[in-house]
Amino acid sequence: MLDGWWTYVVIVVAGFLATDIWRWLGVLVGNRLDEDSEALHWVRAVATALVMAVTAKLIVFPTGTLADSPLWLRLGAAGIGFAVFLLAGRRVVVGVVAPITLLVIGLWWLGV
Amino acid sequence: MPSEIQDRRQFLWFLRGMRGITSLPALILMASYVGFSAFALQSGLTKGEAVFMTLSIWALPAQMILVGTMVGGAPLAASFAAVTLSSIRMMPMVASIMPQMRTERTPVALLLFLSHFLAITSWVFATQRLEAVPRDNRVAYFAGFGITLTLTNALIVALSYGLVSSFPPVIAAALFMLTPVYFISSIWASARQPVVKIAFGAGIVLGPLLALVSPDFDVLYAGLGGGTVAYLIDRYRRKSKQRAGASA
Repeated sequence: MLDGWWTYVVIVVAGFLATDIWRWLGVLVGNRLDEDSEALHWVRAVATALVMAVTAKLIVFPTGTLADSPLWLRLGAAGIGFAVFLLAGRRVVVGVVAPITLLVIGLWWLGV
Repeated sequence: MPSEIQDRRQFLWFLRGMRGITSLPALILMASYVGFSAFALQSGLTKGEAVFMTLSIWALPAQMILVGTMVGGAPLAASFAAVTLSSIRMMPMVASIMPQMRTERTPVALLLFLSHFLAITSWVFATQRLEAVPRDNRVAYFAGFGITLTLTNALIVALSYGLVSSFPPVIAAALFMLTPVYFISSIWASARQPVVKIAFGAGIVLGPLLALVSPDFDVLYAGLGGGTVAYLIDRYRRKSKQRAGASA
């Protein structure tokens, strides 16, 4: 790992600035958008697709300990969990508890 | 004095926003940050660096990516490029909240400052709840929630650092899985416009697929491509409905 103050320089430049310039641009662009304008519909669609792309990648290409689990288990837990969530009247608690339970059972069964 | 009453009301809404720290999305994010703290320790980051990273970047995927490139010994420019690509999504996320949040009198500097606290969790929180808040108090409400959430998670990273390296792998895996499954159910549950549901499906399918084709620009392509297709499908749907309405 890098040492001392240089790590903080990296975090400020490659972390803080690399992220916040987009937030600032978002404020400047968003200030010109009217509620219920066509442009806002498009921006909302792009934002949602971006967030879901990041989310799906967290499951398909995970980091940390989750990377040791098989892909079929992660996809199965997320997919079946989502189906249970829809059947349970779209309650977010169910949408979180169901896939996590399936994942834990699967990992335990595989002996991870 | 009306301005005093107004100030008191703003403070009240700030407190109401703070109370969002006990909401399900906030609790799930906290659990995810326990996972980040473990990841930072494994990667050789000090506690101070992990906390500073959380406060200054405040975007979990960007933090993971930065730690990953730092461990790999990537040059500064390469780290910057990898992180900034993953953070482009902040622009449409922030932009889509602005028309709902600001009033004509809200200072731009205040919005620029508050935009730092917008990440996926507070974006979902804002899209779900801002509508029910009186327009004049929305900035205060978001500030209460966003600032509290960031500070609390920085504290959690500090407190759980070192504590979590001893977690059994099953628990650690479950912590890393919490964030994505939470986003999936909460974004679907809060999607009121059909365009959001179409974009949801497009992003979830295109994200991993494009990662195989173009690992650096995958999220960007999936967002722009999937979002634009979703918008066009929805626009066609709205127009044909309008036409059906006009001819009836």
